[in-house]
Amino acid sequence: MRTSLLDSRVPSIGQSRREAIGRRVVFAVVAALVLVAPLLLSDFRLNLLAKYLCFAILAVGIDLAWGYGGMLTLGQGAFFGLGGYAMAMHLKLAEVGAGQVPDFMSWSGVERLPLLWKPFAYPWFAIPAAVLIPMGVAALLGSLVFRRRVRGAYFAILTQALAAAFVILLIGQQGLTGGTNGLTNVHTLFGYDLNDPANRRLLYVITAVALGVVFLLTRQLVHSRFGRLLMAVRDGEGRVRFLGYNPTTVKVVAFSLAAGMGGLAGALFVPVVGIISPAMLGVVASLEMVIWVAVGGRGTLVGAVVGAVLVNYAHTTLSERIPAGWLYVQGALFIVVIAFAPGGLASLREVPGKLRRRAPQPAPGGAAELEAA
Amino acid sequence: MKKLTRSRAFVVLAVAGMLIASACGSKSKTTSAPANTDSQPGVSGDTIKVGILHSLSGTMAISEVSVKDAEILAINELNASGGVLGKKVVPVVEDGASDWPTFAEKAQKLISVDNVAATFGGWTSASRKAMLPVFERNKALLYYPVQYEGLEASPYIFYTGATTNQQIIPGLDYLKSQGKTKLFLLGSDYVFPRTANKEIKAYAKANGMDIVGEEYTPLGATEYTTIINKIKEAKPQAVFNTLNGDSNVAFFKQLKDAGVSSSDLPVLSVSVAEEEVRGIGPENVAGHLTAWNYYQTTDTPANNTFVADYKKATGQNRVTDDPVEAGYLQVKLWAAEVTKAASTNPEKVKAAAGGITFDAPEGPVTVNGENHHISKTARIGVIQPDGLIKEVWNSGGPIQPDPFLKSYPWATGLS
Amino acid sequence: MHVVLSQLFAGVSVGSILLLIALGLVFTFGQMNVINMAHGEFIMAGAYTSYVLQGAFGTTVGQSLILSVLVAFVVAGLMGVVLEATLIRRLYGRPLDTLLVTWGVSLILQQLARDIFGAPNVDVRAPEWLRGGPTLIGVSLPWSRLFIIGLVFAAVATIWVFLNRLPEGRRMRAVTQNRQLASCSGVATDRVDRTTFFIGSGLAGIAGVALTLLGPIGPTLGTNYVVDAFLVVVVGGLGQLRGAVIAALALGILNSFVEYGTQASFAKVVVFIAIVAFLQVRPQGLVVLRTRSLT
Repeated sequence: MRTSLLDSRVPSIGQSRREAIGRRVVFAVVAALVLVAPLLLSDFRLNLLAKYLCFAILAVGIDLAWGYGGMLTLGQGAFFGLGGYAMAMHLKLAEVGAGQVPDFMSWSGVERLPLLWKPFAYPWFAIPAAVLIPMGVAALLGSLVFRRRVRGAYFAILTQALAAAFVILLIGQQGLTGGTNGLTNVHTLFGYDLNDPANRRLLYVITAVALGVVFLLTRQLVHSRFGRLLMAVRDGEGRVRFLGYNPTTVKVVAFSLAAGMGGLAGALFVPVVGIISPAMLGVVASLEMVIWVAVGGRGTLVGAVVGAVLVNYAHTTLSERIPAGWLYVQGALFIVVIAFAPGGLASLREVPGKLRRRAPQPAPGGAAELEAA
Repeated sequence: MKKLTRSRAFVVLAVAGMLIASACGSKSKTTSAPANTDSQPGVSGDTIKVGILHSLSGTMAISEVSVKDAEILAINELNASGGVLGKKVVPVVEDGASDWPTFAEKAQKLISVDNVAATFGGWTSASRKAMLPVFERNKALLYYPVQYEGLEASPYIFYTGATTNQQIIPGLDYLKSQGKTKLFLLGSDYVFPRTANKEIKAYAKANGMDIVGEEYTPLGATEYTTIINKIKEAKPQAVFNTLNGDSNVAFFKQLKDAGVSSSDLPVLSVSVAEEEVRGIGPENVAGHLTAWNYYQTTDTPANNTFVADYKKATGQNRVTDDPVEAGYLQVKLWAAEVTKAASTNPEKVKAAAGGITFDAPEGPVTVNGENHHISKTARIGVIQPDGLIKEVWNSGGPIQPDPFLKSYPWATGLS
Repeated sequence: MHVVLSQLFAGVSVGSILLLIALGLVFTFGQMNVINMAHGEFIMAGAYTSYVLQGAFGTTVGQSLILSVLVAFVVAGLMGVVLEATLIRRLYGRPLDTLLVTWGVSLILQQLARDIFGAPNVDVRAPEWLRGGPTLIGVSLPWSRLFIIGLVFAAVATIWVFLNRLPEGRRMRAVTQNRQLASCSGVATDRVDRTTFFIGSGLAGIAGVALTLLGPIGPTLGTNYVVDAFLVVVVGGLGQLRGAVIAALALGILNSFVEYGTQASFAKVVVFIAIVAFLQVRPQGLVVLRTRSLT
């Protein structure tokens, strides 16, 4: 008897055709909503939506690693941060012009541009770097830990420590990174004034397109042979190894793709919000990102997107009304969704069938605890 | 391959739709709205809306909730005496959640959705730096109530806490006058301590003082044994402490346990006020020094009523302290500025602001029209076993704000 | 020499705190493979218990510290049992889900503490006899630190006796090593689970009381420590008392010496890198439990 890391209700290999159609309908509705949003929302709300869409990109990455790959990454904030900082460094440099240092460096007494910053003056370096650096870091960490078969909870704790260490490093290197303040006051993107509402709409569109592309590519990926292998590794790593595959490679690839999506999300987030700071990259922020995916439904990409947007929307609205209440709501979300509805919103469509069938719940407690550790 | 082609169709559709939507993007650099001198943001009918933006949740809630309470108290007082421009002041309270981007987002919300006349808010320098571009971009006003590291003067921010020459430099002057010339600098690892220490080092160099150590610990650090060992090794005559929040509790408890008393080694803190003393435990920190512009014990008529009113509004066991008082006074200053300008229009308020004086609980303060800081009296205090702070020295009168330290020859090259 | 001794003491002292916090996790994480993110909030509950008792019994704090240790053990232990019975029970075999659910619990407990005790830190007075401390060859040894080291020592000894000499402890070890076989042999595993959770959470409560001597007592008390404590368990090896003791001391001493040589911020990063490197050599931690389970 072997229980999977995920509850069996979470869809895995081989789904029914009706589900696939249903998912396509959801996708079409979401895409339509995203497209008409600029016509309906005020500039302020549209900008918030753009932020949520950045988070949705990140959520797709988490879903790939966690929902499909069973790797619970609690350090996604670090990758988001790497992408965000790469982009913000470029934008700051583009603003000050050649030979000058960004404002915060002079506050810290840094007179000459540090070597680390120099390549980021070029967009052809900075933009790929925003995606490739997180991928590289993830590939390095991943190959080190996965090779030694560190996984499950151990892996989760290590990624959490990664986020913690990354934040401490960022804050400590104030002259290089702006410390706790982060990099603020970004006004232009490649010469486009970010204060102009028209340009902000354009930015929204860019974000939406990026999300669409990431979404579709990821969907192709999880439906490919690689995707099946990834799910197989999630459900029984030892067996995949016995079949002659190398689970390490599969996991490293999925983890670093997820990191790349985190980086891309960060890179888009900076022009949308105008600031990147360590506060949003740490342990707590990284855990919050996981709940987005859980609410929408892990193992379904549409779920990740919908979850990210909905949870963040709820956060914004609720904190406008009852600030202290948000922690209760967030806590309750974690408990209720994970413990009682691990399929998230995406599992709602199974409710009618379940009522008809009265399927027995899988019994708690399984044999395979050590598998998960 | 059927699936694949269908997805491709999706991509094509999506991109096409987005290109249509994107036709509205424009590349132009002069887009910020021209300053409109007729509009009166926040005014509608017989009310004026103002924003209050502090962390009501998260780690900074500890400090910021009290400031919010003081601001609400001041607004209620304004309304009780007939409002501002004859209109009732209505606060819109938002939560910055101890997260800087959230501060920026909520600031934008207050300006563009609620259309507030002015916003009172922020605590950490990071939150101010995050909000600054928002207020400058929208040409709206922010009032910021906390002492900070200086080197800033945004035209759209009024700084009602101390800048360095009203707190840190008087603190150093005091230490020097007491013969404490070997200092150890200890701070949390963020902008305020690092900038403050840069200034302290420049001051020390010019004044023949010795800096025998400089250490930073991560925000929220709670383990100080090693730092205390380093302090003992360095044998300073005083510690200049720019630690923030929780770390102070750990530092003072462990310092006392290590057998270092305030008479052996006084610690001068610039972020420990009455509120923090209660969390540290007065018995752990009694005898050490603080530098501020206001204490609950400050003896002015305005303060006696302020302390009584604040306790009445929030609870008898609450204490007032410097940022709380600055939160209160900045609302009153805003009201005075709006009244003088006869408008809530930010440009008119800015034009009217210079020279406005208010008899605050800390004593008289005057707005500097150029750098938007206010003149304040510096006060050095000794923490008492009952948790209050007793003033032992003051600057004798308000010190003019000098955020860029232009009037100090030793500070050239710092900004 | 003197510096080395001072730092060695600092390291042992930091390590003892890490160990005190991690001891509870050795039970819940090691035994039941449950990552309880609310462990930090049980620590907080212990600290607040101490605060409440001080309020109730006034300044006769000499007694109240010992009393606090006992009461905090029971309070936090009961919280743990409730958590186990209501949520964790449903999630056995889903360790990652348990992590997330208990994180939700931790958010709620934090906000509850904020609503009950207020957001600012509260003050718990250390008893007179824990103030100050002796100095030995130039190294000052605060009584509060010595007390914590003694407390940890006592806790470890008690647990060792419990696990190795008492029938309940033996059952616990049996379940750790092979749950199904233990169950087949007539061990009531769910009762063992509950006891395990009671002891593990109760130890967090004791840690909370100890922390009131050193640092701030506020709603976020636990979160400051809990990531470090999990790292101790990861390095020490699942469910291994010996591993946790060695790992906690090693991490404490490493941290202290790196911090002395460089800066506090940097020390944390160095420790993280050291842990990743260590797991390259021993991915299962210092002390490995050998079982015949298929992985």
